[in-house]
Amino acid sequence: MARNILVVGELEGGELSSTTAELLALGTRLVDGGQVSVTLLGSGAGDAAGAAFAAGADNAYVSSDAGYDDFRSDQWVGAIEEAMGQSSPDAVFIAQSMAGRDLGPRLAFRNDTAVAMDCVSVEDDGGELKATRSCYGGSAQATYSFATSPAVATIRAKSQDPLEAPSDGGGNTVELSGAGDSRSEIVGREAAVAEGLQIQDAPVVVSGGRGLGDPEAFRVVEELASAIGDDKAAVGASRAAVDLGWYPTSQQVGLTGKVVTPDLYVAIAISGASQHMAGCSGSKTIVAINRDPEANIFTAARYGIVGDYKEVVPALIEAVKNLD
Amino acid sequence: MHLVVCAKQIPDPETPPAAFRIDEANNEVIPAQGIPPVLSQFDGMAAEAALRIVEAAGEGKITVISLGQESAQAAIKQVLAMGADEGILLEDEALQGGDSYTTARTLAAAIEHLGDVDAVFCGRQAADWDMGQVGLGIAELLGWPSAIIGKDAKVEDGSMVVERVTGDGFETVSMPMPAVVTISNEIGDPRYPKLQQIMQAARKTVTRLDAGELGLDPSTVGDAGARLKLERLFIPVVEGEVELMEGETAEEQAQALAAALREAKIL
Repeated sequence: MARNILVVGELEGGELSSTTAELLALGTRLVDGGQVSVTLLGSGAGDAAGAAFAAGADNAYVSSDAGYDDFRSDQWVGAIEEAMGQSSPDAVFIAQSMAGRDLGPRLAFRNDTAVAMDCVSVEDDGGELKATRSCYGGSAQATYSFATSPAVATIRAKSQDPLEAPSDGGGNTVELSGAGDSRSEIVGREAAVAEGLQIQDAPVVVSGGRGLGDPEAFRVVEELASAIGDDKAAVGASRAAVDLGWYPTSQQVGLTGKVVTPDLYVAIAISGASQHMAGCSGSKTIVAINRDPEANIFTAARYGIVGDYKEVVPALIEAVKNLD
Repeated sequence: MHLVVCAKQIPDPETPPAAFRIDEANNEVIPAQGIPPVLSQFDGMAAEAALRIVEAAGEGKITVISLGQESAQAAIKQVLAMGADEGILLEDEALQGGDSYTTARTLAAAIEHLGDVDAVFCGRQAADWDMGQVGLGIAELLGWPSAIIGKDAKVEDGSMVVERVTGDGFETVSMPMPAVVTISNEIGDPRYPKLQQIMQAARKTVTRLDAGELGLDPSTVGDAGARLKLERLFIPVVEGEVELMEGETAEEQAQALAAALREAKIL
């Protein structure tokens, strides 16, 4: 049965975000003869429409009004409502981003329908959409169907593959209204990101946890990342370590932090609680270094060393430096 | 000033993975033996945020509301012991077994029933289903503004000012009241009640309300009103078998690991 799908797009530095491309590809896999549409809001939206068509969109609802650049939920909901009115979606897909965590529930409740948050898959099961997501801090997974329409789902970043080859069909562009009034005013902002390579983009992530026992121990975690290469490896931390104030919030890997999917994830003195695994289980290879052979992290790891990180990590730094 | 804290009782998220079991026939988590349910940790943090506001203002009342069964009294009592003034337990067969939509609808009805609420504080998500939509749902149903994933909140000149955690730092948002705020773990550990406060909490009033008293049609709440249908609940299979590095010393183990990663073309 043909269904229309609306993807709530996001821009990063004026370009189509990689997650938006993933959601559009998901849309093309479920559309079954219907139309895939996307909303693009903020500076650069008009220019990003072409990239959205290549990523799978048939229609782009755009407003390049810079009023949308700072995310304010009520302004975005207004614009997306306008696009929903014109595209009559059977399903709405939104990234599980900072904006999406707000938009998913707001749009669902506004439209008298249901939303499944942080989904890792959405499938067509005999004409019915079924969404699967993790729950209980990642210990369990749940599959849902929707009793109401449209089905709204927020989708975890990097859980969907983008199109293998760009679509060359082109598409229609429809202008949306500019940003309306917002009840919320952003009165302050503080950037708190590590310089250089971001953990979501790094091919290698080296993370430390509570088992380090000491905030200063993150220096040795950073040294290992440097030995692997400052252009390749970024440093992450478990929520326990962040809550103790040992490392910045921006570097937190896990359910309530960032989801990373590097080629190599090195977990040092991290027990591997489900909520941490929710943020790193998509890594291609996980290496665990932990003193406790029963630590949960070893169940997900490909390679492991049972031992004291204070001895193992300095030795690993030397071994990595000596590789070439 | 009247603030509401929404509190949920959940299975202890610190339950070791080995003790976490699911009844797949009924799509339910089997309570782990000997591990009592707890107040969802983000809800304790929401209570902390509300208490800080009342303390800073030097006046105000905090009502804690929980939708649940009789056992949810324990979650209410915990927030009362932290310093909240009154409790409301929404306990009714008709209200059980719902989804985030029916939960938000029921809580919104209770907040309307109170009538004079200036702000609602919720955890960023309940640590069982991890949906993170009830706070926003309450805001949408009541027509109020909201700010999610806060690490602190203040009332300044009649506005709710929330410091929020964004992916790349922090942002401060000001909005008119009444409003909904959700709180994240970045606020820090909530206060721990003293023994005397726990004893005082036992004497504080907990009012019970059912669907009828909230003016809710039973067909729109609980299991009957749910819009998201749970088809299957399961424990994901973790693939892969760990290869532990052998060696007499840390140096040997580290060299074996570096060599294995090189051989697999990972480093």
